[in-house]
Amino acid sequence: MTQTIAEVELGPDPRAAYRDTLIDLAAEDPRVICLDSDTGGLEDTFAERFPDRYINVGIAEANLMTVAAGLARRGFIPYVHTMATFATMRAAEFLKVDVVGNRLPVRVIATHGGLSAAHFGTTHFALEDLAVARALADLAVVVPGDGRQIGAATRQLHELPGPAYLRLGRSATPAPPMPQGSAPDFRLGRARTLREGTDVTIVATGAMPLLFALEAASRLAGDGIDAEVLELHTLHPLDRDGLLAGCRGRAGVVTVEEHRPQGGAGDAVAEVVSAELAVPIRRVAVRGRPGARVAGQRDALEAHGVSADAVVEAAGRLLDHTQNTDRKTR
Amino acid sequence: MAAPTTTGPPHSPAVQDGASDGASDGAVDGAFDCALDGAFDEAPVAAMAHQIRQDVIRMAGGPEGAHAGGSLSCADLMAVLHARLLRPGDAFVLSKGHAAPALYSALVQLGRLPADELDSYAQPGSRLFGHPAHDLPGVEFATGSLGHGLGLSIGLALAELLRGGDRRVYTVLGDGELQEGSVWEAALLAGHRKLPNLVAAVDRNGLQITGGTEGCVALEPLDAKFAAFGWQVRTVDGHDLAALHEALQPSPDGPVMVIATTVKGRGVPFLERKVAGHYAKLKPALVQRALAALARAAKGEPS
Repeated sequence: MTQTIAEVELGPDPRAAYRDTLIDLAAEDPRVICLDSDTGGLEDTFAERFPDRYINVGIAEANLMTVAAGLARRGFIPYVHTMATFATMRAAEFLKVDVVGNRLPVRVIATHGGLSAAHFGTTHFALEDLAVARALADLAVVVPGDGRQIGAATRQLHELPGPAYLRLGRSATPAPPMPQGSAPDFRLGRARTLREGTDVTIVATGAMPLLFALEAASRLAGDGIDAEVLELHTLHPLDRDGLLAGCRGRAGVVTVEEHRPQGGAGDAVAEVVSAELAVPIRRVAVRGRPGARVAGQRDALEAHGVSADAVVEAAGRLLDHTQNTDRKTR
Repeated sequence: MAAPTTTGPPHSPAVQDGASDGASDGAVDGAFDCALDGAFDEAPVAAMAHQIRQDVIRMAGGPEGAHAGGSLSCADLMAVLHARLLRPGDAFVLSKGHAAPALYSALVQLGRLPADELDSYAQPGSRLFGHPAHDLPGVEFATGSLGHGLGLSIGLALAELLRGGDRRVYTVLGDGELQEGSVWEAALLAGHRKLPNLVAAVDRNGLQITGGTEGCVALEPLDAKFAAFGWQVRTVDGHDLAALHEALQPSPDGPVMVIATTVKGRGVPFLERKVAGHYAKLKPALVQRALAALARAAKGEPS
């Protein structure tokens, strides 16, 4: 675990990995319908295999959600495709009322999550989507941090009786290194331990945050600080037991995510942990207003508060804090 | 393609409950049979419309009042649909959900709801909200937020086509509702796909909360707009039961949009064409006045 992010090989293209699984699912399950909103990449793949089950509603995200609700009401499982910001902001009320309000098994495939389309500009940033998706309460929310798990995540979400939100990045990101001897397994609703540690716990959501967390843990280890790294890929339902077990007795918890601090993964962790444990939580999240100048995903994140440096600093502050307080109160 | 034949996936509680059939089997219950032979017997439909109006007034006389004007304007439309046109398996979506009192009355008359439940309208503990909730028998989707019903109906219609069925989907929209952009996203898609099993009707009563639709944000020429979007447009007198019955037939050439020209508050003189009649909380004396006017109108006497 001493490689830097730049040295790690790229994982799979997230949209392609998802699409391959969707096509497999469609072959297995006649209830699968692909509802497109002119996103590109489905019309020459899914549509060629299953022309009857490919419906392009056009560039119309509100209607995307309502048509999906109608189809789901009659027993189909619609997979709707748009960008994360449009799914949760432009179409928010249609998602809330028609899909989630009826607890219908619609799968919202939200691409371009976070700053993964950073070069597209501010209209294409999705830094509030997880807050909206979580606030809908009955919507399963999954953010795979490892492209190799997207297929498994898609398959496990397919089995849910209610609606689901799958947030994907736009392009491939470096594949996080696996703990020795472990496979990149995915269990819906279960936080994944990527590194065990006893001093602080870093909880990461999303691909780039996970890489930052692992790099930070390596650097902290060099300073003699033993950090645990949990990947929290499922924000709803939340892995309460896993989070409590992973945070109990630590000097503090650092959350890191590709989202604003309001309502995102850090808040989700705090909801569970703060109710049970006297462990301070620091959120590493996107601050300020990215988008003044073009920057790539990683640079934009690092310039706005989300980086390995930020995680290291947050962990260090928690440990300083610990030295100044009575650990028995924890 | 192989398609599911059940009304809902086996794992989905949301579509296994009593609401899963939605309005689909309501039309065969009770006293109202389907007129499949083409003959149109107006009397039972007029009776249903009359009962809808009486019930709307009673609900408007309840502690919370009700959306009286728009429920009265679509009473004839609702009666034709529920007494005559909805066949077993057909779906109905009330896109203008604030006309819930008219829908509740129709569901009572079809035997889907107990009659005395109307007394609980908008009261604590009742299932009858001011806008229909989705766990009510005969209601497929909660509506009330405007601009949803057409898209929902398209989803139902597409599902029917995918399953190779011949069931129809009917929806009733408000005219003010047409100012919602999502209606036009849906209208574009339905026209593009030439859905042969979708029939929509606009309750064109011409009024919304702040005044006339044309003075707020003009909708005309409405027929030309929908025609340009690929719909079969039929403009009719929305209080002529036989004309409505004819206009609401589906077309193999594509989705049908019936522009039903109506009078807001129809049947109650002090509410007719009144902006303030959109939402009415009627005192007992006004309830009596309204019911008396409805009774006279039902007998063909002048109001």
